[in-house]
Amino acid sequence: MNENFDYSVVESILHEHQCSDKAIIAILQDVQEHYHYLPMELFPYMAKKLKVSEARIYSVATFYENFSLEPKGKYVIKVCDGTACHVRKSIPILDRLRAELGLSEKKKTTDDLLFTVETVSCLGACGLAPVMTVNDKVHPAMTPEKASALIKQLIEEEKNNASE
Amino acid sequence: MFEMSGEEIVDEVKKSGIRGRGGAGFPTGIKWDTVRKTESDKKYVVCNGDEGDPGAFMDRSIMEGAPHRVLEGMIIAGIACGADEGYIYVRAEYPLAVTRLKNAIRQAEGLGMLGDNILGSGFSFRIHINRGAGAFVCGEETALINSIEGQRGFPRVRPPLTVIKGLFGKPTVPNNVETYANIPNIINNGGEWYAGIGTPNSPGTKAFALTGNINNTGLIEVPMGTTLREIIFDIGGGMKNGGQFKAVQIGGPSGACLTKEHLDLPLDFDNLKKVGAMVGSGGLVVVDEHTCMVEFARFFMHFTQNESCGKCVPCREGTKRMLQILERIVAGEGRDGDIELLLELADTICNTALCGLGKTAPNPVISTIKNFRSEYEAHIYDKKCPAGACSKLKTISIDPSLCKGCSKCARQCPVNAISGKIKEPFSIDLSKCIRCGSCVSACPFKAIKEG
Repeated sequence: MNENFDYSVVESILHEHQCSDKAIIAILQDVQEHYHYLPMELFPYMAKKLKVSEARIYSVATFYENFSLEPKGKYVIKVCDGTACHVRKSIPILDRLRAELGLSEKKKTTDDLLFTVETVSCLGACGLAPVMTVNDKVHPAMTPEKASALIKQLIEEEKNNASE
Repeated sequence: MFEMSGEEIVDEVKKSGIRGRGGAGFPTGIKWDTVRKTESDKKYVVCNGDEGDPGAFMDRSIMEGAPHRVLEGMIIAGIACGADEGYIYVRAEYPLAVTRLKNAIRQAEGLGMLGDNILGSGFSFRIHINRGAGAFVCGEETALINSIEGQRGFPRVRPPLTVIKGLFGKPTVPNNVETYANIPNIINNGGEWYAGIGTPNSPGTKAFALTGNINNTGLIEVPMGTTLREIIFDIGGGMKNGGQFKAVQIGGPSGACLTKEHLDLPLDFDNLKKVGAMVGSGGLVVVDEHTCMVEFARFFMHFTQNESCGKCVPCREGTKRMLQILERIVAGEGRDGDIELLLELADTICNTALCGLGKTAPNPVISTIKNFRSEYEAHIYDKKCPAGACSKLKTISIDPSLCKGCSKCARQCPVNAISGKIKEPFSIDLSKCIRCGSCVSACPFKAIKEG
């Protein structure tokens, strides 16, 4: 077990769910909400507390798309590629974002941990297609140009914050 | 609420003829009857709010807008079947639905409508909420049950049926959000009232999510038996930007494409089945002549392949092979015999996959081949995309007689594929070009052509 890790956060989450192995998904969701990803250092500790194998936790963590074992960027951009967004041309938006940030289908997060670009199957906002979200804030009726302007604005804001 | 016995409730639901709104259309009354008659110390009611089909959001709006109706439907199911605990499984992408449902549960508990000894009747019922974690397959009822139990969302082999051995090994009522939301009205107004709406074999109304290239997008609720023409041209206000109606995709990745010849088909469970489609989730995506049907089929196959849980071979391997073939067709590398190979794979997967996801995964391909075979042939033999949508089959060129050499396109290009001298015609390096089209819209002289 990693001595340098602060286990108090996960301890209170486990406690909230009565240390029940049936709540593994909910526990992992809460852990991810806190860390923005699932630090694997926590798995041995959780396994012990939940009285299940580490493999069981790992199996759940890797099955569900929403869980990430890798840290994500400060701005998580999700481009909706649901049917409605797809027919209203969501892919050119995705291509543009990836090209400008130097990302690809495999490489989802920029090296400076500023941006993560991923696709999502459907955000249920089909009436506003094509849609993308930045940290869960919805941006409706996007175009490659609007998306490009948005990331430029975010980068600019970051620079200003850093210089202040 | 407590004047009726469990048997009377089930009879009323049976009389209404309501069929599951989750897509397959199994009669709800029969499900409930089986759970009611199965002896067990514990039974569960499960509400499937894992609305994962891209292009569908009816259940989201019901959970957000009328959460109490869903709770009421679940409580009635509990009384009817002898269950005292319910679970609502909501997609993680619907945080507002979770908040509203939690509020509704708290309010109902505050009023004594949920919890122990409801209104002094001796009947107790509790409802829990589980959030999904982004796995489409969890919309399949046995996978959903595994997920509630804190497992990987793998579907289970059936039999045993969920109604006999479901959640935690106990008899379980599995129904969709919209089904539960219909139940209070059926009990209040009687099964006969409900059976009078819609068509004889598919009574009631159905919510559809109408999206795509039409003027009015959004949710609609229509009686079963309404025709596509009424939905698209009356309610939907016709095609957007004067486009031509080409097809409508119904039922998401499990569904099929309907074309002009189906415009007057009354939509209900049986009619759709007859033409190889299904109500499915209730998503209706309308597409015009600029949508390539091969690419559309590839899109759905990519989706199901991505969401295949990997438990059974036909779905895990079969959808992968189908996707590979579709990918090479849209890339202009299709081969003679690919259409037949796709149909053969489709047949095997439909007949041998373990769960509904796999069994229905080839539907979009089968139906687009059936209705738009010539488009497949154009991609394979002529290396052309008739809709002009497949970027690999598209070339972008600058007309030197129109180009003024302003360099606007080169500055817009995200991959620096355009170069040239100012005031002389520019040119595009097609090996770098990603066919994004941003140069086309940037050019002030309309000198850049796609095609």
